[in-house]
Amino acid sequence: MIALPARSPEGVITSEGLACDLLCFATIEQYPKLVRAFKNAGFQMAIDVCGVDYLEQMDRPLPEGVVATRFEVVVNLLNMVKKERVRIRVQAGTDNPEVASLFDLYPGVEAMEREAYDMFGILFSKHPDMTRILMPEDWEGHPLRKDYGVGRVPVQFKEAPGPR
Amino acid sequence: MALEDLQHNFLTGRIEDLVKWARRASVWPATFGLACCAIEMMAAGAADYDLSRYGMEVFRNSPRQADLMIVAGRVSQKMAPVLRQVYDQMMEPKWVISMGVCASTGGMFNNYAIVQGVDQIVPVDVYAPGCPPSPETLMHAILTLHEQIRTGEIMKRRESGTPTHLGHDNGNWTPEVPVSVRLGTPK
Amino acid sequence: MTDRIRTAPRPDLLVVETSEGAQGLQSRSETSKDELGREVGSVLRVSGLTLDPNDVDFDRQDDETMIINMGPAHPSTHGVLRLMLELDGEFVLRTKPVIGYLHTGMEKTGEQLTYTQGATNVTRMDYVSPIANELNYSMAVEKLLGIEVPERAIWIRMMMAELNRIVSHLVWMATNGMDLGATSMMIYGFRERELVLAFFEKTAGLRLNLNYVRPGGVAADLPDGWQDDVAVICETIDARTYEYDQLLTGQPIFRERMVGVAPITAEEAIALSVTGPVLRSTGVAWDLRRAMPYLAYDQVEFDVIVGTYGDNFDRYAIRLNEIRESVKIVRQCLDMMPKGDYRVQDPKVTPPPRARIGESMEALIHHFKLFTEGMQVPVGEVYSAVESPRGELGCYLVSDGSSKPYRLHVRGPSFVNLQAIPLLMRGGSLSDAITVISTVDPIMGEVDR
Ligand code: SF4
Repeated sequence: MIALPARSPEGVITSEGLACDLLCFATIEQYPKLVRAFKNAGFQMAIDVCGVDYLEQMDRPLPEGVVATRFEVVVNLLNMVKKERVRIRVQAGTDNPEVASLFDLYPGVEAMEREAYDMFGILFSKHPDMTRILMPEDWEGHPLRKDYGVGRVPVQFKEAPGPR
Repeated sequence: MALEDLQHNFLTGRIEDLVKWARRASVWPATFGLACCAIEMMAAGAADYDLSRYGMEVFRNSPRQADLMIVAGRVSQKMAPVLRQVYDQMMEPKWVISMGVCASTGGMFNNYAIVQGVDQIVPVDVYAPGCPPSPETLMHAILTLHEQIRTGEIMKRRESGTPTHLGHDNGNWTPEVPVSVRLGTPK
Repeated sequence: MTDRIRTAPRPDLLVVETSEGAQGLQSRSETSKDELGREVGSVLRVSGLTLDPNDVDFDRQDDETMIINMGPAHPSTHGVLRLMLELDGEFVLRTKPVIGYLHTGMEKTGEQLTYTQGATNVTRMDYVSPIANELNYSMAVEKLLGIEVPERAIWIRMMMAELNRIVSHLVWMATNGMDLGATSMMIYGFRERELVLAFFEKTAGLRLNLNYVRPGGVAADLPDGWQDDVAVICETIDARTYEYDQLLTGQPIFRERMVGVAPITAEEAIALSVTGPVLRSTGVAWDLRRAMPYLAYDQVEFDVIVGTYGDNFDRYAIRLNEIRESVKIVRQCLDMMPKGDYRVQDPKVTPPPRARIGESMEALIHHFKLFTEGMQVPVGEVYSAVESPRGELGCYLVSDGSSKPYRLHVRGPSFVNLQAIPLLMRGGSLSDAITVISTVDPIMGEVDR
């Protein structure tokens, strides 16, 4: 079990995570500082950034002191020397989710943040290229949000075609 | 003069049959691999299955040189206009095989991202079932297409009406005009 | 909110139906100086260097360069990758991958399927190495459930995963050969692949998209006589890798296009979160099988192959040698395969054996419950990762206690590795661009999911 790196921002709440060494809960303000602290502590690689929409789960179990918001940004960092993983869950806001971009620290998150924007509408401020990445440019809505339908098309069974 | 007296080998037949025979034996597919099915399509062209025995090993990269489009894999909403464009660039006569359940009906991905059947975009001649269709299935589809070419009309253009089994003025048929095929955000 | 999103005019739909506006590469006159500098500068900044202003030709005019589109229906982009390249003559200045042409909405579909059905969905992501996907997903579910799979299941999984790695690298060798014009390599690669696929078909019933590894174990035990099949596979493929060696490694044309082309340094690769053979080619011995062992990788012997220069040739050599290492692991699995169950005997997780359903009412009920309702997974969230043939394949799973995942996110290694392409292509010629795409080996199903 690793401790939070020294000089991490005050008030970050941690617990033990499944399949990671440390799980941190950060607010939007703590988030950039926390990531920077981890980066200085040797976490060289941002493995994953993704969004989660907790629309139907505003009462999810969270440690004491964490204010649940609808959107979360989940960041996985990796320390390749000590072989440790850290997961940061940022409470990213409810109505207009916006968090700082990690692009300056880890340029590798560029595509992942764009994906989170495309799928959830979470904005990453100072991201150099905040555009859709997977959906067509003129698409409306953010498909992985919970209030966005699956878009299921009812299956019709037609009669068998006659001879051609 | 009897034919036996001729110096060279001759082939006689109706022009229509000869054209169909020639067409059938030299269908050049365009590479239009999209997803998993494309890997199986490649496997069909490689050593063990060897499509070249049907005169089909030349996978043309330019749609202008191809007669057959094998839509191998799922077609997303973003890909749909591209697919249509490639189809429009192909020369007549042209055929389409829809390979795999995804291309044929959307398959297991009945959601916002996937076009539920490539026949909404281009007219399809043969559907190959399976997920993925094994190379044998693809070959069967190809042989079915060969049979269609052999028995079809050579002068048929696609604009000239709906497929016979649909009858006239059946609204289900995608017309051969460049429509905006992006199907839009599902409501 | 809108002022922070980058927009670009979309040409009239009727003229350019396939334009993607701001997602594509903009012409120079529409790109700010910052932007131009960022494209090349971001990576340098992280590795402690600063951008040399001479490196960016800020005052080059639009009419000196040309933006061309490669893809999405291009034969050598391995599927539906679309690259927009800015060229100066034959040299690539800027590159931007435009992706999403195979976006399947699998993460959304995954939320509609129960945990039991979920493996069918994820297996279609990286269609060249389906087992890695299933394995990754199953391990995430098992971690949430807190169950341990039996020994035999672990070893079967490991063997299948390694066989799949062989298949994946063979397909890579084949397509790479095709891209470079070595068409015979394509024929050979697919020939050997059939050998392994025949075994897959015997075991799981399908050639691709096997849905063989499932939460709780594997779908079926290995077929009778599997030892012989696997032994033949190992022997043949091991011998054939030396043939490939002869065919390609020393071949002058091949070397000309691979050696020293498109190098990447370790710092750059790490900054860009690149994993897998591309990272290892820079000399970083980072392989999850060794670094954070899962399954029984700590009990088998194998080497982590690393390169030195991070160029195309290293990436090729790593993949070729990984085939040999995988064969080594499969051989050890063959010897050490334990006896026992191939899935956990927990009726809440795995269905009862087919034969029991006829005899026992209880088994029937369990079977019915499992396939109608699915299994209940405790509330929680988990990230688990495996080493797929392309790098770290991660799965982030959020459960709300019901029988369907609340959120399923897959970290596709190709998706992230793709970001290295602009860097690798910069300054190279257009023909090198083909080899770059090929050696990074993106699988579009996994990029777009
Ligand atoms: S039909 Fe199956 S194999 Fe083919 S693209 Fe769809 S999911 Fe992949």
